[in-house]
Amino acid sequence: MNKYLQISFVGLAFIGLILVKAMFKGDESTPQIQAPQSLQNSTSQNSTTQNSTSSSSSSSSNPPSSVTSTFKDGSFTGSVEDAFYGNIQVQAVISGGKLTDVIFLQQPGDNRTSQYINGQASMYLKQEAIAAQSSKVDIVSGASDSSMAFQRSLASALQQAQL
Amino acid sequence: MTKTADIMGMPVRVNLADDFAKEKDIEEVFDYFWLIDERFSTYKDGSEISKINKGLLKLNEASEEMKKVLRLCEETKEETKGYFDVEKNGKIDPSGLVKGYAIWQASLVLEKKGYKNFYVEIAGDGEVRGLNNGEVWRIGIENPFNRMEIVKVMGLSNKGIATSGNYVRGVHIYDPLSGKGVDDIASVTVIGDNVYEADRFATAIFAMGERGIVFLENKEGLEGYMVLKNKKAIYTTGFEKFVIS
Repeated sequence: MNKYLQISFVGLAFIGLILVKAMFKGDESTPQIQAPQSLQNSTSQNSTTQNSTSSSSSSSSNPPSSVTSTFKDGSFTGSVEDAFYGNIQVQAVISGGKLTDVIFLQQPGDNRTSQYINGQASMYLKQEAIAAQSSKVDIVSGASDSSMAFQRSLASALQQAQL
Repeated sequence: MTKTADIMGMPVRVNLADDFAKEKDIEEVFDYFWLIDERFSTYKDGSEISKINKGLLKLNEASEEMKKVLRLCEETKEETKGYFDVEKNGKIDPSGLVKGYAIWQASLVLEKKGYKNFYVEIAGDGEVRGLNNGEVWRIGIENPFNRMEIVKVMGLSNKGIATSGNYVRGVHIYDPLSGKGVDDIASVTVIGDNVYEADRFATAIFAMGERGIVFLENKEGLEGYMVLKNKKAIYTTGFEKFVIS
């Protein structure tokens, strides 16, 4: 079977599963998702090619703000995007005209998540609960390598949600 | 002197802390990143990598830089036991390594110009050299569950750092095959002798899941901090020496 066809079937099965879950969960609050910064002006991929250069002495980037544009309600499945070591495909859930949830239908490492996880690691490596730190920093290192693929898949989902 | 730019939709920042710092040297770094995008972007039809994938350009006719990067990809594939693989569906996509490679090369250019104290960062991955006004550069690890928070602060000098993971906060992640929530890692931060080393291993280790931290522990010259979905972190034994708070 064609791989992408397979993915669509899995995707459809998923939407079903999520809907059923939603029905049973009722009003349980879901955290609101903020769209990547480059999606705020436009949902097209053109927004990723702008070249703005500016001087800055600040070390922090602007926090992304919520998407408040008008979308039609429903669940929209984005395109499958290559994230180098696996595919990323997301589904955007629009409620009350706003992006309220993003569900990963595929993410890198999926095919390995069911594999046996080596419990030995925790036996000799130190562990700690993560806790917020307030110190000033020069660079913030965060996960971003899947963001391009993520943004593209989300952009295509949001395009379908456009009124 | 700090300057930022938006290149391929990613924030790029260069900070030159030497007192002879020139703005044009930062511009040169930005120009190099644009060139890298022209060459390696799989989203651009006219890029060299797209031409290779369409069969319009043979590998032996490719640029020296392309050949070098593809050699590095091969090396990384072997070193990560296949977890890093640029070949998919008959096409090659070296993007997982190009960002770290490009920052590393830009650092070498600045070094040749005499800079000793600086950093070059693209979207949270970076190379830090020397000191910032006499003190080590302070690098924070972003909380994968809340992008506005930092969960660790490290002091680094002459090191590279890269983080891999899914960064959208509050997101629900499901395994499409089992239908269950994915029991895996939230992010992994790797510190290496340069950003190229840190970036390529961060990419592969994220794909390995929790076992990746054991791989890091056994790998000389690399240290790491892995945040799990249960909001606990596991770190390598050599990581502690970088921790400020």
